[in-house]
Amino acid sequence: MSEALAASPAPAADFSAAGASGARQFWRRLRAQRAALVAAAVVALLVLVALAAPLLTAVEGQDPTTYHPSLVDSARGGVPVGPLGGIGADHWLGVEPQTGRDLFARLVYGARVSLGVAIAATLVQVLIAVVVGVSAALGNRWVDQVLSRMTEIIVALPLMIMSLALLAIVPGSFPRPVLVALVIGLIAWGTLAKIVRAQTLTLKQLDYVAAARLSGWGTWRIARRDLLPGLAAPLITYSALLVPMNIGVEAALSFLGVGVKPPTPSWGQMLTAADVWYQAAPQYLLLPAGALFVTVLALTVLGDGVRTALDPRAASRLRVGTGRRGEARADAGTAAGTDPLRPGTPADGTKEATA
Amino acid sequence: MSGFGGFVLRRTLGTVITLFAISVIVYVVFYATPGNVAQITCGPRCSPAQVHQVAEQLRLGDPLYVRYGHFLQGLLAGQDYSTGTSVQHCPAPCLGLSYQTDQQVMRLILTKLPVSLSLVFGAMAVWLVLGVGTGVLSAWRRGRLSERVLTGLTLAGQATPVFVIGLILMIVVCGQLELLPFPQYVNLSDDPEQWAWNLVLPWLSLALVEAAAFARLTRASMLETLAEDHIRTFRAYGVGERSVIGRHAVRGALAPIIALNANTFGSAVGGAVLTETLFGLPGIGQELVHAVNVVDLPVVVGMVLVIGFFVVIANAVADVLYAVADRRVVLT
Repeated sequence: MSEALAASPAPAADFSAAGASGARQFWRRLRAQRAALVAAAVVALLVLVALAAPLLTAVEGQDPTTYHPSLVDSARGGVPVGPLGGIGADHWLGVEPQTGRDLFARLVYGARVSLGVAIAATLVQVLIAVVVGVSAALGNRWVDQVLSRMTEIIVALPLMIMSLALLAIVPGSFPRPVLVALVIGLIAWGTLAKIVRAQTLTLKQLDYVAAARLSGWGTWRIARRDLLPGLAAPLITYSALLVPMNIGVEAALSFLGVGVKPPTPSWGQMLTAADVWYQAAPQYLLLPAGALFVTVLALTVLGDGVRTALDPRAASRLRVGTGRRGEARADAGTAAGTDPLRPGTPADGTKEATA
Repeated sequence: MSGFGGFVLRRTLGTVITLFAISVIVYVVFYATPGNVAQITCGPRCSPAQVHQVAEQLRLGDPLYVRYGHFLQGLLAGQDYSTGTSVQHCPAPCLGLSYQTDQQVMRLILTKLPVSLSLVFGAMAVWLVLGVGTGVLSAWRRGRLSERVLTGLTLAGQATPVFVIGLILMIVVCGQLELLPFPQYVNLSDDPEQWAWNLVLPWLSLALVEAAAFARLTRASMLETLAEDHIRTFRAYGVGERSVIGRHAVRGALAPIIALNANTFGSAVGGAVLTETLFGLPGIGQELVHAVNVVDLPVVVGMVLVIGFFVVIANAVADVLYAVADRRVVLT
């Protein structure tokens, strides 16, 4: 991916030069992809649900943390009373085995945690990556050497392992969702920083940046006024793919019991608890699993769509193409080649999403 | 060939520097945290006397670089630990002592390592075959229904977290269909057949997620190669489609696949933590989760270093293989 991003400053030009019309063009290209549109709708719905979680649960008349011992059959080991795990007018998706907590409420509050942590972590990653990447590209040889080495090392550290270990030593009093977002953000910025550095190096060669330097602008002003807008396209593209990856990591950490801690609901955590109930209360397992699947899938498809819309090569194929949209979108994946500058660094940003 | 030898040499040197830097970072992050390091290292149930002993062992009175030097010395040359009554020798590479279990970290890791290696390398074989196979197939059947189905499956595979796949596989295959017993780790040397059968599900769950990226990459780079002029020339000369795909297009995809494989190794190590925990495999990952939960700092640090070591080595090996596979790469 970084090959396409790093090697082609053109999508950047869309943003910096064309401004509002660039944004319009982006929307037009995004709209041309049916799958991305559906995914965008799903993502919008999820964000809405997450934001409106208190409202939705108020309408239902439940909250995510109240125990309902009367709704589970303690004689049968805590299985929910009633058909389909206690689904009814009071509990739209039934209740949790053993505790009787409302599943709908836990699911929608879990969406808050999932999306909130993932987006916050992405912001941290983007911030660090921009600072490190731009500084490396604009700084002198030593700054570049030090920052690039640092980035290499960060890329080499396995994300899951490092975050697991880091979460072990932070005192328990620290607010957990914030901590998880910070830890993910502080570890997984390496690939993005490499992309930013490469893109900045490319932009630096362009005439308008040279003109700005000749007219006596300082480095800081050039970085802010000329380079940051040019970085918008790769940043948007890559962060759109970072969000689902971060969701996966948060869910995994919570699944292992070191991420978000009870009573704060999280999908990963629900899955751990649901493990043993798959026969007695299958919906307890299927709901968080399905929620995770749909969310990550929608965000991934949307991320692909954004990449296609911002990649002029893929986008031109989209417009001139024979109407086979799926093909044009999938061809954007051609970008998943390797970074020609550094052998051994595949540039598919989604690879860690699998963790 | 001297250029290649020089490249390998430089790459090895770079790897050593990276490993050193990682050890510094990990040491500083975990042993220079605010808070009572000796207490954290020793564990919550340590008496003040024990904490004092650990503090001496870690040389907490000394400046940080002296402490790190001490740590590095243990790593390279071994170290002696006094455990109150007796002195225990910890041979190089010594990663210290778990004060909670009174075990040497390196010894603990070595007993768990075969399980994790069985898991990750077995899964690697599965994801390479599955991913590259799917990619080749979908590049070949481009535009047909089968390609769309494969693309959809790939996307779904990529979007499912490894522990969800594992959980569902385990429930469906072991719980509902009862095709396999719930996995229980058997040593390879004890019974190779049982070893493999018990690892089928962990391999699959780890590999299905990773295979997706390979499928996309293989498909993309094959389509790129197929569009190149020399392929058109082959076709014009009447070279069969099977040979064009199998001999020439796949070769073009080889180098990026090697590179991706190294990175996937890193993420698979993370996935292995989940897989091991889920299936109850007594590997490094499961031990790491345990150590994190009871805050056994020396074990956590040791595991992070060992895993980091493997990932860095994997990347270095991939770089060299990449250069071998793709002669266009400029060796720097």
